[in-house]
Amino acid sequence: MGGLITSSIARKVAMALSGLFLVFFLLQHFTINFTSLFSAEVFNEISHFMGRNPVVQFVLQPVLIFGVVFHFIMGFILELKNRSARSVKYAKYDGGANASWMSRNMILSGLVILAFLGLHFYDFWVPEIAYKYINHLPEDATRYYGELAHKFESPVRTLLYVISFVFLGLHLWHGFASSFQSVGFNNKFSVAATKFAKAFSIVIPLGFIIVAVFHFFNH
Amino acid sequence: MNLTLKIWRQQDATATGKIVDYRVTGIEGDMSFLEMLDVLNEQLIHKGEEPVVFDHDCREGICGMCSLQINGEPHGPDRGVTTCQLHMRKFKDGDTIYIEPFRAKAFPVVKDLMVDRSAFDRIQHAGGYVSVNTSGNTIDANAIPINKDDADDAFAAATCIGCGACVAACKNASAMLFTSAKVSQYALLPQGQVEATDRVLAMVNQMDEEGFGNCTNTGACEIECPKGISLENIARMNREYLKASAKG
Ligand code: HEM
Ligand code: SF4
Ligand code: FES
Repeated sequence: MGGLITSSIARKVAMALSGLFLVFFLLQHFTINFTSLFSAEVFNEISHFMGRNPVVQFVLQPVLIFGVVFHFIMGFILELKNRSARSVKYAKYDGGANASWMSRNMILSGLVILAFLGLHFYDFWVPEIAYKYINHLPEDATRYYGELAHKFESPVRTLLYVISFVFLGLHLWHGFASSFQSVGFNNKFSVAATKFAKAFSIVIPLGFIIVAVFHFFNH
Repeated sequence: MNLTLKIWRQQDATATGKIVDYRVTGIEGDMSFLEMLDVLNEQLIHKGEEPVVFDHDCREGICGMCSLQINGEPHGPDRGVTTCQLHMRKFKDGDTIYIEPFRAKAFPVVKDLMVDRSAFDRIQHAGGYVSVNTSGNTIDANAIPINKDDADDAFAAATCIGCGACVAACKNASAMLFTSAKVSQYALLPQGQVEATDRVLAMVNQMDEEGFGNCTNTGACEIECPKGISLENIARMNREYLKASAKG
């Protein structure tokens, strides 16, 4: 059983499961953001629920943070191990001849996402935690939409978000479908599953981009 | 045709090597890549220089001995061939060709372009076999009914010649395609079931100990494999490994 933690395959599966978990979270996050295009009330209502519900706050949120941290630390560990597996580099290496750019640059797209998460936490999570748990400001179930719209007044921030979502799409283009293979799923349904994963990796990041750009122009 | 070759020269396993430029002349399109190197070596010997060491044996694509990273790809730009099957007509007069050994920490260079691939042998020894009693009462293989699809998949996996192109191509120098082919050829057949649990655990463990990298599903191995070994084998090995780990 020891191999289940340290073996290459166990790590590959752990990487895939944490990635799939994040994909699931991404869908949920997107669904909520998307409502802000149509209705400030609905967006406020859901945000208020998410922000006050103890299960979300004290169970799901820590699990999510653990999931993200686990995923990128494991990503770094594997990247280092993989680099050391070829100590002398090729003088000429044509990586593009047999593998996609996305698949060869997961650490790069991952690092961009990590940097984005820093910005995103600074933008929303830190003020939110300060509001609720440090400054103990009064509850206001209608503040969320305004906070969101306000953030996207800045062209720089909007641009950074858009760029990050492009990299998220690149990460998922390889990562989502790759995770099926990692957990051992490769059969007659794989063609359809891969198509779904590729579509997801375009549609969801594009959706996030639309939300950001919408709020940028909508004030 | 006349070519410029940029070849990795390294005196022995401990020496530091470097790329050295050579001119080779009088190459025909019908020659194989190895024959081109033979011509180069003859020209070098005539000049009193030391010939380039490279691996080869069958020269017909079945033994897996020939290696070489050619212009950044294992076995060169062609698909579904080994270096001995690569024809010089794939190149043009005046071309510059990089020729390097297969690179992986687990494949140390012996000399020049020759690498030590015995890590693959040790992975095989760890579990790539079935213990069949051959003491006079062997059962005819055809007496055991086997689903045709499984038989075909097992046969396809068994065509792996252990060349190491999968490792050489992989940006992580991962040996997952090779190991999964060796696991799959037994996992698919009833004869392989008895030792299935121990086999996959032992072979993956050996693969990790040899210092190969971790698979990230780039798919480069499948594209560069001269025998077209499928990525499905890697997914199968992952399943076998998880099943075996759960059993303990
Ligand atoms: C926080 C920064 C992140 C870093 C540094 C990072 C890094 C990595 C790395 C290095 C890999 C391994 C490449 C591979 O095995 O193919 C990977 C795989 C993956 N990542 Fe990320 N990632 C990050 C965030 C995310 C996010 C936010 C998601 C989802 C929304 C995600 C989803 C995936 C998936 C699905 C895989 C594929 C796993 C597999 O191949 O089995 N990652 N990531
Ligand atoms: S899987 Fe293909 S590339 Fe790898 S060792 Fe076997 S034949 Fe060579
Ligand atoms: S020399 Fe045997 S496969 Fe090339």
